[in-house]
Amino acid sequence: MKKKPLDRLNKLIIFGLLTVFAVVSLLPLYWVFSTSLQLSSYQSQDMERPVSYVDSNPPKMYPMGIPLYFKHWGEAREAAKAGDAKEEEYHRDMMDHIVSNSFGSFKNLFKKHDVGKWFFNSIYIAVVVTIGILLIDSMAGYVLAKKKFPGRNLIFWIIISTMMIPGQVTLVPLFIMVGNLGLMDTHWALILPDLSMVFGVFLMRQFMYSIPDELLEAARMDGASEWRTFWTVVLPLARPGLAALGIFTFMNVWNSFLWPIIVLNTSELYTLPVGLKTLQDANLASFKLLMSGAAVAAIPMIIVFILFQRYFVKGLTLGGVKE
Amino acid sequence: MTQMPMGAVPKKKDEKLKVIGKSNGNPKKLFYEVKRNYSAYLFLLPKLILFTLFVAIPVVWAFVLSFQKYKIFGSEFVGFANYIKVFESDAFRIALKNTLLFTVVTVPFGVISALVLSTLIFELGKVSQSLFRSAFYLPTVTSMVIIAMVWRWMYNYDFGLFNYVLGWFGVGPVNWLGQSSTALWALIIMQCLIPFGVGIIMYLASMGSISQSLYEAARMDGASRFKQWIHITIPLLKPTTLYLVLLSTIGSFQVFTQIIMMTGGGPGSATETLVHLIYKTGFRDFEFGLAGAQSVVLFVIILIFSVIQFRVLRHDE
Repeated sequence: MKKKPLDRLNKLIIFGLLTVFAVVSLLPLYWVFSTSLQLSSYQSQDMERPVSYVDSNPPKMYPMGIPLYFKHWGEAREAAKAGDAKEEEYHRDMMDHIVSNSFGSFKNLFKKHDVGKWFFNSIYIAVVVTIGILLIDSMAGYVLAKKKFPGRNLIFWIIISTMMIPGQVTLVPLFIMVGNLGLMDTHWALILPDLSMVFGVFLMRQFMYSIPDELLEAARMDGASEWRTFWTVVLPLARPGLAALGIFTFMNVWNSFLWPIIVLNTSELYTLPVGLKTLQDANLASFKLLMSGAAVAAIPMIIVFILFQRYFVKGLTLGGVKE
Repeated sequence: MTQMPMGAVPKKKDEKLKVIGKSNGNPKKLFYEVKRNYSAYLFLLPKLILFTLFVAIPVVWAFVLSFQKYKIFGSEFVGFANYIKVFESDAFRIALKNTLLFTVVTVPFGVISALVLSTLIFELGKVSQSLFRSAFYLPTVTSMVIIAMVWRWMYNYDFGLFNYVLGWFGVGPVNWLGQSSTALWALIIMQCLIPFGVGIIMYLASMGSISQSLYEAARMDGASRFKQWIHITIPLLKPTTLYLVLLSTIGSFQVFTQIIMMTGGGPGSATETLVHLIYKTGFRDFEFGLAGAQSVVLFVIILIFSVIQFRVLRHDE
């Protein structure tokens, strides 16, 4: 049963190789965070002009504020020892400047731009859609898996056959439809089409199959209504499936881009990806600000990923994932 | 993991369209069956309403639209005029060519690198396995918008990382995204360097389900590790490989975010892709009929791949 273990040298080589690849693959993300905290204006006593490390050549691989902060900290301590109060105050001021400059673009983002609103919009749309999808799709998946009624297979096949149709095909008619319904430039224009995605119905139906019929029968014997059976027996048993579906729905909605840039026109209504695009279009010069915005958009997904990693793996291996 | 990770493919047992109950051909019985199961329909109702409004009708409409010149009041039927325009226009041909080149390079590269990386990862212990799996999957959960923004900077002419590294070797600064000779290749290189996280996770899961006794037997016969990989691992991973190739091919035909964030299809039309062209035709020029016809063509291309995927995978069950 056991694999023959590799000897230590081979293992080390493999480990080293993979580390190199992992560093390459994580470099862009690291770059986002490093640049968002990069010192953009610094002038010490011996410099004629302030320098910016954001677009310096060669590029700085880490936030320069960190070593410079410690440099001034050390010099402030020495000045204090020597009793030079003026010199000490200068270094203390520099330390304050470094901190406020390093984190400055985050403050700017929320103060001068609508990033706070975009963040809120993204969160609330993703949460509403995720909860909605979990409820609607598990209801549909449940009856499609466990109930026998006329038209069941027909309904299932109509729904499933649209899984093959890429979203871009319906872009224009959906645009007209949303316009006709008077939903253009509203959040409903994002939420309703997202709630109509069919992948979850398929996933939940597959999952509901594994629930034993005897349990449902028992609930019925006890006189539980259909809804009660669903709510108290079926849903708790489907929890792993719900977790996987919930995470992928959240991720897809959080990162969705093409449709939101088409239907949203008002800055206050933007989601983060749309907002970031307008920021990039308008603000070519300030990479620090752009990267801070990118960091704000990346952090929630990274947290979700770290917390729910095993469900990502489960969801991927349960059924293909729609990009 | 005993189950093969499969795509969205229904199990064989549902295939036949069974007529439920004994209502066969008897309207009275059918009515009774429907009435008895009213709660099932109620459970389905929310999804059905949403599905009809935002999926079913738009899908049908997309086809209708492609034969029309769209006007807010009274669209005109124009036959195949939109399609003729699609195939006669240089813009579409260039977009198709660019998308094909993008796909032909990035898909094999992505799948092969996922195979190699997961083979290496699989050799390690449990903790390092999950560590590397996460490291390679993390860029996948991050929005392409963000990744495109950083890469745009890494390709910057004056202070980008790429030109800096090239400088070490005395190779002059390259205007990566700014000239038509390199722009598409810059996007291709970028795609190749973003790890195919889904592929790595699925390969690892499949490798875990291969029986170790096969390797043991091969070892008895004195087969080297590399030979075992070629003759056992790769053939047994074939279903996963096929699934991943099709999945990423379909995804690659829909490439859009990088384009609009990094080049806007330019310079000229050097990085124009199908979906970006549809976006431009529909929502910048507001030629809905033409955009509809372009979408239908894209759909047919993707459908071909989907059907292959569906068939291949069903045979394996």
